[in-house]
Amino acid sequence: MDYTLLFVQTLNGLQLGLLLFLVASGLTLVFGILDFVNLAHGSIYMIGAFICASLTLWLGNFLWAVVIALPVTGALGFAVEKLVARRLYEKDHLDHVLGTFGLILVLETGAHLIWGPAGITVPLPAWLDGQVELFDGAVIPSYRLLIIATGLAVAGGLFWLVNYTRLGMLIRAGASNRTMVSALGIDIATLFALVFALGAMMAGLAGMLITPITTASLGMGGQIIITAFVVIIIGGIGSMKGAFIAALIVGIIQTMGRSFLDQGFEFFMSENAAETAAPAVSAMAIYILMAVVLAFRPQGLFPPKVR
Amino acid sequence: MKRLLGAALVATMLTGTAHAAEVKIGFVTTLTTGGAVIGNDIKKGVDLAMEHIGGKMGDLDVNLIFADDGFKPEIGKQATDKLVKQDDVDFVAGYIWSHVLMASRKSVLDAGKFLITANAGPGPVAGKLCHKNFFSSSWQNDQTPMAMGEVLNQNGVKSLYIIAPNYAAGKGMVAGVKRTFKGEVMGTDMTAWPTQLDFSAELAKAKASGAEGLFVFYPGKAGGAFMKQYQQAGLKDSLPLYTTFTVDALSLPKFQAAEFTDVLGSQFTQQWDPTLDNPQNKRFVADFRAKYGSYPSFYAAQAYDSIFLIKSAVEGVNGDLTDMDGMRAAMEAETYPSVRGPYTYGNNHMPIQNFYLREVVTDADGNWTTKIVQTVYEAHQDTYASECSLN
Amino acid sequence: MPKLTRNGWVTLIAMATLAVLPPLLLWSGQPFYMDLASRLVVLAIAAVSLNLILGFGGLVSFGHAAFIGLGAYAVGIPAYHATWGGFELVASYNGLFHLALAIGVSALYALITGAISLRTSGVYFIMITMAFGQMAFFLFQSLDVYNGDDGLTIDIRSELPLINLDDPLQLFILSYLSLAAAMILVKVIVNSRFGMVLQGAKGNNERMVTLGYNTYLYRLVAYVISGTMCGYAGFLLGNFTTFISPDMMHWTRSGELMFMVILGGAATVLGPILGASAFVLLEEFLSSWTTFWHLPFGLMLIGVVLFTRGGLMGLFKGRGR
Repeated sequence: MDYTLLFVQTLNGLQLGLLLFLVASGLTLVFGILDFVNLAHGSIYMIGAFICASLTLWLGNFLWAVVIALPVTGALGFAVEKLVARRLYEKDHLDHVLGTFGLILVLETGAHLIWGPAGITVPLPAWLDGQVELFDGAVIPSYRLLIIATGLAVAGGLFWLVNYTRLGMLIRAGASNRTMVSALGIDIATLFALVFALGAMMAGLAGMLITPITTASLGMGGQIIITAFVVIIIGGIGSMKGAFIAALIVGIIQTMGRSFLDQGFEFFMSENAAETAAPAVSAMAIYILMAVVLAFRPQGLFPPKVR
Repeated sequence: MKRLLGAALVATMLTGTAHAAEVKIGFVTTLTTGGAVIGNDIKKGVDLAMEHIGGKMGDLDVNLIFADDGFKPEIGKQATDKLVKQDDVDFVAGYIWSHVLMASRKSVLDAGKFLITANAGPGPVAGKLCHKNFFSSSWQNDQTPMAMGEVLNQNGVKSLYIIAPNYAAGKGMVAGVKRTFKGEVMGTDMTAWPTQLDFSAELAKAKASGAEGLFVFYPGKAGGAFMKQYQQAGLKDSLPLYTTFTVDALSLPKFQAAEFTDVLGSQFTQQWDPTLDNPQNKRFVADFRAKYGSYPSFYAAQAYDSIFLIKSAVEGVNGDLTDMDGMRAAMEAETYPSVRGPYTYGNNHMPIQNFYLREVVTDADGNWTTKIVQTVYEAHQDTYASECSLN
Repeated sequence: MPKLTRNGWVTLIAMATLAVLPPLLLWSGQPFYMDLASRLVVLAIAAVSLNLILGFGGLVSFGHAAFIGLGAYAVGIPAYHATWGGFELVASYNGLFHLALAIGVSALYALITGAISLRTSGVYFIMITMAFGQMAFFLFQSLDVYNGDDGLTIDIRSELPLINLDDPLQLFILSYLSLAAAMILVKVIVNSRFGMVLQGAKGNNERMVTLGYNTYLYRLVAYVISGTMCGYAGFLLGNFTTFISPDMMHWTRSGELMFMVILGGAATVLGPILGASAFVLLEEFLSSWTTFWHLPFGLMLIGVVLFTRGGLMGLFKGRGR
């Protein structure tokens, strides 16, 4: 057993999980409090990435670009809420799905028209482009450590926000019983818009963080949105804690699957078959997990307490 | 609403199509999705070719129709069907992606039309599924990685780790390298295509395997992502990188903008290079740079060639497009001036050509481009030719 | 003169147009539009099947495309083995065998996944059906023998007695008659006692249960019928395109089916056909107008959701209904 490889892969899984959490957190908030199914969340992830990438090339500094791009993405979320989402709340989930699917098409094509099909590659400052040797043989790119640190910090910040501030209290109350909150005189419309914008910022941040590793490109939202939905179903809709834990589980399962499943398969099938079957099965694994969770605990692992 | 649409249909019906004195070419490529970056370069190559031939082949005007495959076999097949059935083209050309070609080829060949691939070259079309009306202006997928395997042997690399995407071309690349590489393959990872862009797990495995070299194939944006992560993992000294179709004229400007200096000096194999010294290539590269401000990719070069290949067919029969045998013979004779220099066709209508080792360098103006280090294969024929029943 | 409601007249006129226009186009030298019509009709069958449980039953299945894929592979896999050898048990070009396989596999898959999924409701039902759909997608993607993601091309269509599927007109006629049969079947089911219970459960499940109906069983039966019908559509689609790939089962395709149903007007008999027509025709004409056709298409989807009630059928019905 190569413990160094195991450790490195666990870190990779942790990093993937934290990025998933950033996307899922916004999704679960919007779904839990606004009862709004937002398929276009992945598109906001993509647009956040593009805005940051353009700013990086223009300003010449990635970190400053993130700082500026975050509120811009939040503002975009705010605009989407006002123009589209708001009118869909009283309709049923089916209409949400249809409407936000249309929104995906609009945002994707819009991105194609604005930024072209090629995608944008973003350079990192030299101090982030190196590696860190944690212990003998375990070499991790420093940037991935930064992602992990950022993810944990944001998770911590969200935890503080939701549990120790008035806004957080309103969010938790709204997740439990929206009508009551409104009846108590809270401006629900603004609360909703803020929640939506916050979710958009989180998704955008995830997109910005992944861009220096891959690229900002068209279609990057499509894959992450489904995984994010799986995460919030497993974790429990409306629950930040659930989203966090489920995201980590999913990230680690996916990474471990890619790393070790093909060797496992080679015990009982040919090398070629194992090489193509393993990625497929590790992709299926999270859906199987979701189906199992739904079968035994349909409300998810950590659902918010509902009146 | 149905009534309006019905009226529109009838109106289109009545306009009909007129064929008088023209040759119709349908060009299937990728114009939407991320793959469009390749499709756009191909379009530039084709447009330049049209300019150079003055929009005419012999006495006939050329009517060129571009169609989008949306990077999906199903859409590509639909687009092909439309070109064949509705536009009634004489030639269908293009096809970047192997899986799109496989899905679409039957529609063209069953209709008795010529199919020219300007990029994709999966094994079956060169072997069991070869067809008298099918021609390639590019290569067979296995040839380029086979040349790379040969380079690895020549460089004394004893062990290799392979990472490639899990689709027809990816599998073909892996098969090609494994065919000629004489050392040990420590492990092979096939990644989900085209969705997987984070290769952290695979890179960690490659490093842990202790292999002497890393071979990858990642066309398009995945190539950029991979190279980025490779640099960030700091593997350049411990695990040197050998690629095919991952670094090209499309990705180099982006790498240059992103200051990814690790790519300078990296090597890959190809059947063409902008520095090849023949008059057609010199004109092609110079005019491409003048018109578009960048170096052409091999995709554009092959697409440019495909237009001239078709031109040789049309002129070979003096514009008599009903003479299929004549056009076929003209193309088989390979009389057109290719930008890669002269080559011949095998029985399966795949090129028998040279393969070169290219290296990334900086040109006199400071742009990142490539030059040829050595010729790896001369007049190389693909391994599937023997499976083709054409003689 | 038969007594028809306004809906009924619209349905009759629409179906008549659909019967007459494509053959006319074929004979006037536009075979491509006949192909478009065939594809439209086959997708309409799938949409009609989905409407049974979605529109009338209130069960939002986000994995229905899996049935289309299963039906298509029921044609592709036997044809593949008949051409290239292996797996003697299923190797066959016989269309009736393909049909039986398509219906059998779809029904079985519907029974198993339905039995599990129907234990949940609401958004959880949506997600679990989507999960099953994705699992089918990944399963077929991993089958290297059938080229996985690159898809299977069949050279020879299903061989049926009396009908030659290689003739586009006969394929269209078969598809059209199947569509008519599907519509009649749905109408009969919906207006029967079984259908009443199903619709009642859509409106208020607890009430139906209190009245003594085992709604779980009713829904399961409807789900299996719906899935089998959709599998049949897959059989037709596989024969029509001759290219079968796991992509046919992807969640985005299930989404497209759902949109056809909602766009046309859920819980109506003609709605899914209008939706399928609008979808296919818009896709075709918009894409020949501009490469960026997804933009106006997306705006249109948003517009339909925001500004219409009951989709396209709702427009015909007029306001206030």
